[in-house]
Amino acid sequence: MLNRSLVTIADHSREKIEYLIRMAQEFERHPNRLLLQGRIVATLFFEPSTRTRLSFETAANRLGARVIGFADPKVTSGTKGETLKDTIMMVSNYADVIVMRHYLEGAARYASEIAPVPIINAGDGANQHPSQTMLDLYTINQTQGTLDNLNIYMVGDLKYGRTVHSLLMAMRHFNPTFHFIAPDELAMPEPYKQYCRDHNIRYVEHQDFDADVIAGADILYMTRVQRERFTDLMEYERVKDRYLLKLDMLAKARPNMRILHPLPRVNEIEYSIDDDPHAYYFQQARNGLYARQAIICDTLGITLEQIQNDPTIIS
Amino acid sequence: MKRQELIVSALDHGTVIDHIPCDRLFEVINLLHLDQMTSKVTIGFNLKSQKMGTKSIIKVADKFFTDEELNQLSVVAPDVTLVIIRDYEVVEKRPVSLPTELRGIVHCDNPKCITNNEPMATLFHVVDKQQGIIRCHYCNHEQDIRKVKLV
Repeated sequence: MLNRSLVTIADHSREKIEYLIRMAQEFERHPNRLLLQGRIVATLFFEPSTRTRLSFETAANRLGARVIGFADPKVTSGTKGETLKDTIMMVSNYADVIVMRHYLEGAARYASEIAPVPIINAGDGANQHPSQTMLDLYTINQTQGTLDNLNIYMVGDLKYGRTVHSLLMAMRHFNPTFHFIAPDELAMPEPYKQYCRDHNIRYVEHQDFDADVIAGADILYMTRVQRERFTDLMEYERVKDRYLLKLDMLAKARPNMRILHPLPRVNEIEYSIDDDPHAYYFQQARNGLYARQAIICDTLGITLEQIQNDPTIIS
Repeated sequence: MKRQELIVSALDHGTVIDHIPCDRLFEVINLLHLDQMTSKVTIGFNLKSQKMGTKSIIKVADKFFTDEELNQLSVVAPDVTLVIIRDYEVVEKRPVSLPTELRGIVHCDNPKCITNNEPMATLFHVVDKQQGIIRCHYCNHEQDIRKVKLV
């Protein structure tokens, strides 16, 4: 049997990414359907993540599926010493697809190799978070009308931020130019810069973060600079305010420029920006619903054609 | 004059693994499960070598390893020489080469990797043979093959 699991987006071709975007567009048009009536989606969150879990559960519920699972690993047998394998094999008896978040890296890959049902990776430690990448790609395409030839500026924690790493790799099909803006301690790691060079992706590194730098951006992808990531707290105090986005920094921004953020935000985007037309992070979060509806359907073997000719749409 | 030669009986059939770095000898023994062997095994440790200063050597009688088994050796001792002997004749002499996949041999040095937390076999992909870079199939963490620990 073909394994339809989604573990990482790095394996996806340009065609597959565009196919999933077209699927998500159908769900944006008609999010409420009975397409998955009679199916059961399990959401296993071995590590709490309220935002991602609610998004997946909403996606399943709006398509008429039923949802089982747990939001807190403290209530599972994992605390009694049950292995991941046993939990996955047990739940595979009940559900048609398993959405899982795990604190260990590679957990979703392993689960996808042993489970008789498809696995959707909803984040495995610092490794992969493909549904986030899918919604980022969907949002970039939605706001720019294309994924090709864009100037994407990544700001903040580029060292540990798995969303920026996944996005960087997924964009390789679309001839992007990246701009990396981060403190030295949180700079884009060398393997990802090497990845850019290997795939002929242009990138520029900046120390400054101001209106002149932002002027060239189509997408400004903000991330949170976390205090706990710094070994030297003096360094944190020195740089923490340098990567905050303030309203006056948008003075020279292109009209098509949009500000994205995987959320939660702490203070890296000034609240006065929320009402600016460049701000797009809340719409981005809503796109998570459509992207996850597409991902769930694709892993269950439902095609774009079926979704386009779906008789179960609830108007 | 005394002959500077190893006092070991010649092998009629079997495999000689030569040029093993002395600090890797016991890992090679474990890797090939020589302790479970019923045929004759001769091990030379701290021998003089023109090429390496000191070296170790293993002779295993009546045993021809699979390519997979032997190529695993390249993880712990990339410069060993294999000599295949049949009827006292050397029929083949070759270096080992790094396979494209290493299954169940190498320990992942990422403590947050699933392989260090579940009863399961590790799997690594060799991404750069020249530089000796291997990548964990599960957590994607890259390691230098010269610094790996065996499982």
